[in-house]
Amino acid sequence: MAIEADVVVVGGGLAGATAALSAARDGAHVHLISANESTLRQASGLIDALGYPNPDGDDADDAGTDAAPGPLADPFAGIDDLPADHPYRIVGADALRAGLALFDDAVGDLYRGGHTDRNALVATTSGRAKPTARYPRSMAPGLVSDDRATLLVGFEAATDFDAPLAADRLAAVGVPFDVDGVTVEFPGEYRADAAVTRLAHALERDEDAGEGRTSRQRLADRVRPHLGDAERVGFPAMLGDSQVEAVRADLSERLGAEVFEIPTGPPSLPGIRLADRLFDALDEAGVSMTTGTPVVDHETDGDGDIVRVYIDRNGAEIPYRADAYVLATGGLVGKGVDSDRDGPVEAVFGCHVPAPDDRMAWSEEGAFADHAFARFGVEPDDRLRPVGSDGSPEFGNLFAAGGVVGGADVAREKSASGVSLATGLVAGRSAAEEG
Amino acid sequence: MHDTHDTHGDCGCDGDEAEPSAATGEGAVADGGTAAAPDSDAATDGGTATETGGDFEPVDVFEGSEMDLRPGADSCYKCTSCDTSCPVAEVDDSFPGPKFQGPEQWRLKRKEDTEVDDSITGCSNCMRCDSACPSDVPLSQMHNTARGEYVDNQMDKLSREYLRNRILANYGTLAGIGSKVPRLTNAIMGNSLVQKVNEKLLGITAERDFPEFADQTFRSWWKQRGGPKVESEDKRIAYFHGDYANYNTVEVAKALVRVYEAFGYEILVPDQRCSGTPMFANGMLDDARRSAAVNVENLGDAVEQGYDVVASCTSCSMALRQEYPELFDFEGTERVAANTYDALEYLLINENVIDPIRAVDGDQLDLPDFAYHAPCHSRNQGLDRQAVELFRHLDGVNVEDVGDSCSGISGTYGWKEEKYDYSMEIGEEMFEHMEHAEGETGMTECPTCSMQMEHGTGYEIDHPLQVLEAALVDTDVEI
Ligand SMILES: Cc1cc2nc3c(=O)[nH]c(=O)nc-3n(C[C@H](O)[C@H](O)[C@H](O)COP(=O)(O)OP(=O)(O)OC[C@H]3O[C@@H](n4cnc5c(N)ncnc54)[C@H](O)[C@@H]3O)c2cc1C
Ligand code: SF4
Ligand code: SF4
Repeated sequence: MAIEADVVVVGGGLAGATAALSAARDGAHVHLISANESTLRQASGLIDALGYPNPDGDDADDAGTDAAPGPLADPFAGIDDLPADHPYRIVGADALRAGLALFDDAVGDLYRGGHTDRNALVATTSGRAKPTARYPRSMAPGLVSDDRATLLVGFEAATDFDAPLAADRLAAVGVPFDVDGVTVEFPGEYRADAAVTRLAHALERDEDAGEGRTSRQRLADRVRPHLGDAERVGFPAMLGDSQVEAVRADLSERLGAEVFEIPTGPPSLPGIRLADRLFDALDEAGVSMTTGTPVVDHETDGDGDIVRVYIDRNGAEIPYRADAYVLATGGLVGKGVDSDRDGPVEAVFGCHVPAPDDRMAWSEEGAFADHAFARFGVEPDDRLRPVGSDGSPEFGNLFAAGGVVGGADVAREKSASGVSLATGLVAGRSAAEEG
Repeated sequence: MHDTHDTHGDCGCDGDEAEPSAATGEGAVADGGTAAAPDSDAATDGGTATETGGDFEPVDVFEGSEMDLRPGADSCYKCTSCDTSCPVAEVDDSFPGPKFQGPEQWRLKRKEDTEVDDSITGCSNCMRCDSACPSDVPLSQMHNTARGEYVDNQMDKLSREYLRNRILANYGTLAGIGSKVPRLTNAIMGNSLVQKVNEKLLGITAERDFPEFADQTFRSWWKQRGGPKVESEDKRIAYFHGDYANYNTVEVAKALVRVYEAFGYEILVPDQRCSGTPMFANGMLDDARRSAAVNVENLGDAVEQGYDVVASCTSCSMALRQEYPELFDFEGTERVAANTYDALEYLLINENVIDPIRAVDGDQLDLPDFAYHAPCHSRNQGLDRQAVELFRHLDGVNVEDVGDSCSGISGTYGWKEEKYDYSMEIGEEMFEHMEHAEGETGMTECPTCSMQMEHGTGYEIDHPLQVLEAALVDTDVEI
């Protein structure tokens, strides 16, 4: 016997979650399996669709600052400029639109940006303006298109956000507002390297921070003298966990200025909130989930269809059976694509990953240059089935989504989440048809 | 037939220790009397074969190259995901978190001959950091190893803390004695004066009520009933009940027996000791090794005879599956690990449980709605969703997941006077979610989580197996 479902999704990142939701909405009973806690917990929480379809120059520092050829105001407008084997070209702009709609529906009031096709520009901790399609509600008052005077506040404890530097950079980019930055000490006594979750927890619970004042009271006291004319105040995204809106409202009132969050690197509270919300949506859609257990093996039948996959549960191999499978294990970083002496290979099912024979051709100079490796991934047919070197599907019932699909350079294009949403939607749909 | 050996008397893991055993030594006598009876017959148990010439060869945890955790430390890329998911770091400012306890400390130790930082005793062994790490750094193995090293080399064996931890870790020893006179023990341990004394002398919090002992242990019930009622050549499980289901929540163990027999399984109840979980958590690796040796040998024999090992406590299955292979090298450890399952998990893999559950009219059952908490050690095995997902199919009974927070008790952690407040602070989120949930009865697989749930909310707590029993055994549904 085995644990049974119509569709098994392998991978618990954004692509896996989208594919599972998409298949479940088409009536399939879905089982989602993820090797680790969702990678979304590290992600910034921003949902990029397409910011730079064809950027020239390889200097990342310029990205987002100069005009041509980006940042794109309308991500959909850039799709035709992408290479023909780009996942957006394969699934089409409508799939991106439907993927975003599925996302909007799943996350509800946690996110903003669904009212328009256009990209928003969100200020990042490094003082850049990043084009993105959807952003957490807690970041909404911080958009760069808004012209209200702004104060950025960093904490001595959270060293990866240098607020004065970020403010200088934003000013240098020519944002349409006055911006200043200040670093304050986090109120209360915490160890120097306290976990962000510890500090977020303190703000959320409004803990006693000494001298008879709470952490929010003291935080407001410390920021107030630096306010000047600022009408909005940006903090790194650690204003509480599930009660971020309450924390924001309270701080806004105390400061008399609208408080917002700035996306940070991992660990990321907006990422954690997003993961929690998406997993709630999956639960509501009746999706079964197993986390912390990698898929390590599979079995096929005579027709080349997958009949079972096996997960490793602390030493025991547990079989899962479904009619169709979605591969959503991420790219080189997410461990979906492995590389050995002979070249890159898809890590779970061993699907073909096209790559130049000459290893020297895998990368160019410069971090954000047009590297071949950045586009590594399985080659999909129009239903998103990975194909072998002969162009025919590797398995009749395996569909791929997200970072494991080749052809996109998501870091450079600023398209990671959009690619996951669009391909996740289509892969989930194709799998449900099979099931 | 298979089980003729009642373990009460012989579970004193410490009988052969040269130093005064925590559970039987002078200091412990003051703790209200449960440990007063000397377990002089302990030395006859099977768990001391290292000394008495058994045929398994435990590998020393600290010497030799097996335990070089350096490669694991090197794969840490400092993403701090582990710190983010550590429930202790979230409330305890003195605790530096898993990244430090794990890879950083190990890297330091390999470079210089530094001693293990004493903050390691702050880790509750919930093992959440393990499943959070995207880079498969063996965090809990590092913590367990460091904790053992700390206790061995740095901890004063005469200190109150050591004594207390030793007593808590060897709960089964106490239980073995206490359960012989359950009513008397319950009366003594339920006495608030005794609890105050425990707190003052030993640092065991007086806030908690000691778990009550059942009138009859599971093993004695099993013996009395004459062992298994079902015989089968191909459907066979060896039940690992652990101490708690044997001495305290005997109804869980009985539920397992009835459910599995209903599905046609022949059940073996091998001789066994504590899984070792509380010992790992307190750095008492020698105690754990002795227990593990017995368990691996007996369960290994069962596996040899075609039995799969099934546990009703998720910390027990976790210990057998993950901690044993990580820390010990007895013959058959891996084999036992690969053939061990959680009770519900095993049924879901091998049987059609869902159709009979669907066929039951839940409204006819006298079952409440439940607020379900997934123990960290079930989460870590990827089993955190199985109960809610299964009982979705049981009409008329609502089982609601109360979220992913740790319950805070983490076995012995929440029993320590100095940790009690943290333990309750960690549990706060779960208590709140439970109060908000529709059901006013709790459900969980872990006996100590169950204590904490009850303590924080006053709810009664059931095990999923008890709900399965009510749905599938106590009705006439066809299985
Ligand atoms: C730090 C960080 C910051 C980010 N910032 C942004 C941003 O600002 N904007 C944006 O649009 N996107 C961002 N992203 C990207 C986005 O969140 C997704 O990572 C991306 O869309 C790719 O998604 P994916 O689901 O294909 O892969 P991943 O997110 O890599 O997920 C892969 C999943 O597969 C699982 N897996 C791998 N192997 C196995 C196996 N054998 N068995 C079972 N499961 C397996 C992994 O555990 C993981 O859950 C960021 C990501 C990270 C990590
Ligand atoms: S085991 Fe639990 S308490 Fe210990 S460091 Fe890891 S997450 Fe924290
Ligand atoms: S989660 Fe793993 S990789 Fe990240 S900091 Fe912790 S140990 Fe290192």
